Amino acid sequence: MNRPLRRAVFPSLALLLLLAACGGGKQESAGKGTSVPDVPAYGDAIVEGSIGDVSGFLTAVTSDASSHEAAGYVFNGLVRYDKDLKLEGELAESWEISPDGKRITFHLRKGVKWHDGAPFTSDDVMFTYKRMIDPRTPTPYGEDFKQVKRASAPDPRTFIVEYARPFAPALASWGMHVLPKHLLEKYPDISKSPLNKKPVGTGPYRFVEWKTGEKIVFDASPDYFEGKPYIARVITRVIPDQATMFLELKSGGVDTIILTPPQYVRQTETAEFRKSFNKYKYTAAAYTYLGFRLSHPFFKDKRVRQAIAHAADKKALIDGVLLGLGQEAIGPYKPGTWAYNPNVRKYPYDPARAKALLAEAGWKEKDGVLVKDGQPFEFTVLTNAGNEARAKTAAILQQNLAGVGIRMKIRTVEWAAFINEFIDKRKFDAVILGWNITPDPDQFDIWHSSKTGPKELNHVGFSNPEVDRLLDEGRSTFDLEKRKKAYFRIQEILAEEQPYVFLYVPEALPVVHNRFHGIVPAPAGISYNFVKWYVPKALQKHQVQP
Amino acid sequence: MLRYIARRLLLTVPLLVGISLVSFLMMHMAPGGPIGAGTDLNPKATAESRARLKAYYGLDQPLHVQYGRWLGRMATLDFGDSFSPDGRPVVEKIKERIPITLTINVLSMGLIFLVAIPVGVYSAVRKGSVFDRISTVAVFTGFAIPTFWLALLMMILFGVKLGWLPISGISSLDYDSLGTLGKLADRGRHLLLPVLLAAFGGLAGMSRYMRSNMLEVIRQDYVATARAKGLPEGTVVFRHAMRNALLPVITILGLSVPDLLGGSVIFETIFAIPGMGQLFYQGVMSRDYPLIMGILTIGAFLTLLGNLLADVGYAVADPRIRQG
Repeated sequence: MNRPLRRAVFPSLALLLLLAACGGGKQESAGKGTSVPDVPAYGDAIVEGSIGDVSGFLTAVTSDASSHEAAGYVFNGLVRYDKDLKLEGELAESWEISPDGKRITFHLRKGVKWHDGAPFTSDDVMFTYKRMIDPRTPTPYGEDFKQVKRASAPDPRTFIVEYARPFAPALASWGMHVLPKHLLEKYPDISKSPLNKKPVGTGPYRFVEWKTGEKIVFDASPDYFEGKPYIARVITRVIPDQATMFLELKSGGVDTIILTPPQYVRQTETAEFRKSFNKYKYTAAAYTYLGFRLSHPFFKDKRVRQAIAHAADKKALIDGVLLGLGQEAIGPYKPGTWAYNPNVRKYPYDPARAKALLAEAGWKEKDGVLVKDGQPFEFTVLTNAGNEARAKTAAILQQNLAGVGIRMKIRTVEWAAFINEFIDKRKFDAVILGWNITPDPDQFDIWHSSKTGPKELNHVGFSNPEVDRLLDEGRSTFDLEKRKKAYFRIQEILAEEQPYVFLYVPEALPVVHNRFHGIVPAPAGISYNFVKWYVPKALQKHQVQP
Repeated sequence: MLRYIARRLLLTVPLLVGISLVSFLMMHMAPGGPIGAGTDLNPKATAESRARLKAYYGLDQPLHVQYGRWLGRMATLDFGDSFSPDGRPVVEKIKERIPITLTINVLSMGLIFLVAIPVGVYSAVRKGSVFDRISTVAVFTGFAIPTFWLALLMMILFGVKLGWLPISGISSLDYDSLGTLGKLADRGRHLLLPVLLAAFGGLAGMSRYMRSNMLEVIRQDYVATARAKGLPEGTVVFRHAMRNALLPVITILGLSVPDLLGGSVIFETIFAIPGMGQLFYQGVMSRDYPLIMGILTIGAFLTLLGNLLADVGYAVADPRIRQG
């Protein structure tokens, strides 16, 4: 829950629901214990439900959300995102960026200790960096660190990295968990080290046990540098079924889970539920889109893409798919964040305008279907199987498009086949997919024209010289105003060109038992201040003997 | 008899190799691979890091080399290390999951036999009676109800509404602090619903099977002879008829040997039981080749062993099979 930096852009909605990196937080119900003195107290345990088991605790070599979530209790990075999604120091007390933007000097925190008592120094950071670029480390995240031209640790509290050219996302990459050199140096392949199963870190919680497929237990670290966390124990129970997880919540088996929209709207609106739980709601850091293969003869024409944007009833999608728990997406950034440009061209639901645009593009209606050069407007939209939200989205869009004379067929394919056989090979007309939104706005990999090759992420084949230039500009300066200008313009172009029809941004819907106090929703979600959560003495449920 | 068993055992070796080869090829023909989970749609994963990961896992080698290596390791009973980030030996992962799946399946199978055989026998002896009709309706209803739905209903009733039984998992959070008896009781409470439900689904098939066998047997001449000799009905039914009707059940027992360790994905997912079914499912979803191959090979071996046991059992029970 203590959120590690989101390095990867995970696509599936299941993972998306696990995300707590959110914005504009709001507490739904306030049924806190009434007559109990609300004083922070140490003790008690929190039981979380997790859909997936951990696969290891060293985030350099794991890629699943559950593992990153669990490792966040034990490890720290040099930097992290604060409650407003701005970078702040974690193991680094402060940092300086040289005027040419090529060198970052980190000043590390004093007196930080590993859980085994050894002191944390810049040697550990150096070691972590070296392991990230070591070919013997099976990591998919080495790239950011390979950009480093030189790294040095002149004294135990200073770590300096130099880049060949200014690279704005670099700073965030130092949110990577720092590893203990003294425990890992004898393992050339860190994934094979015992630390991957029994981690030792500098974080707020110490690892206690991991019973595979069952539970993971952490105890509060008494000498955590930000102060001992109030909640004495964190237990993460592995419950692979969403319905079971919800029943466990209701029966008291777990204290916090992420709700689905139907659970949030229909199954928790009872007085009994409100008596025991607080529901939270905030904008998730993710969006769903309809993407076109831009080399497809139908979708080459911008007017056709704009027409489809007008034909898509986004309100109906949000109501039907998310039960109203979401908002319209107009671009690839999270509403309310600094990079989000609200003033771009919008496409209100307007079938008449859609028809006019299609007619302009040469499509004529014949027996209820649009035809051009003797060819009916018929295409297949592809999405991955097992994602109910996307399946519903497809069904609603199908109806929307039928209304303007476009026949859209729906095909769902198992995830691995979907990626390898269709997306990677560009064998699709259109897709319904989603992206997670990282706090750093650099989206070079998704929109740059150099990223259209096989397995690369610009799978729609978007190419625009101005966007290419702006993406380069945005990532090569640390000047926030300059970056903002570049990303605002990119959003204007994307809104005009509609390579994707941006559909919706869902809400993240966590629920926490109301004996936990100190939760303050913020743009970053609710878990950013987890170490400050507490249970007043009178409400404590578990006796934890450390 | 010993020669018969030895011959059959020898035959299993080429069969196992064949099965493993087919499994290996199918697994590699399926789209996606072990490194996809971490690198698909991941902007941080470049072509170079993908190639590095492929080489790390030996996936850059031609298929026949990969299979050859696997077979070579298997010859020394080395199942290799899992491709999942924990990189643990496959054998260790399987060993850790076997006891719980075995317990649930042995208990539920015991329960099935315990209930199904008397129900089947009684229904056959009293064919057409009220009991026969009610049991027929009951077992078929049980067969038709989706178990996951029934499981959820039971969880809501006994877990949420009444609060009598735990909903999921195999032990309480304070399990380690309990005494031996407490631990046993805790496990029992956790296993009650899964075992009952697992047995419920299998009850229909077994009791019907027993009933039809029994019906066939009581029509035989020797049963009529036994009755004609004036033997009491109990002796006729239990000593003469039922023993023979039980013979085909041996086959079912033999065939269920692999199920004992296989586990059920649906059950283990709903009840959050860390068993073999769940392990296999996770292995398949993450394309953890060594784990999948390990479980498939054990499964194939057990299937062959089960068949062999059933055949031997038959041969012991019926001399005609041995001679033929």
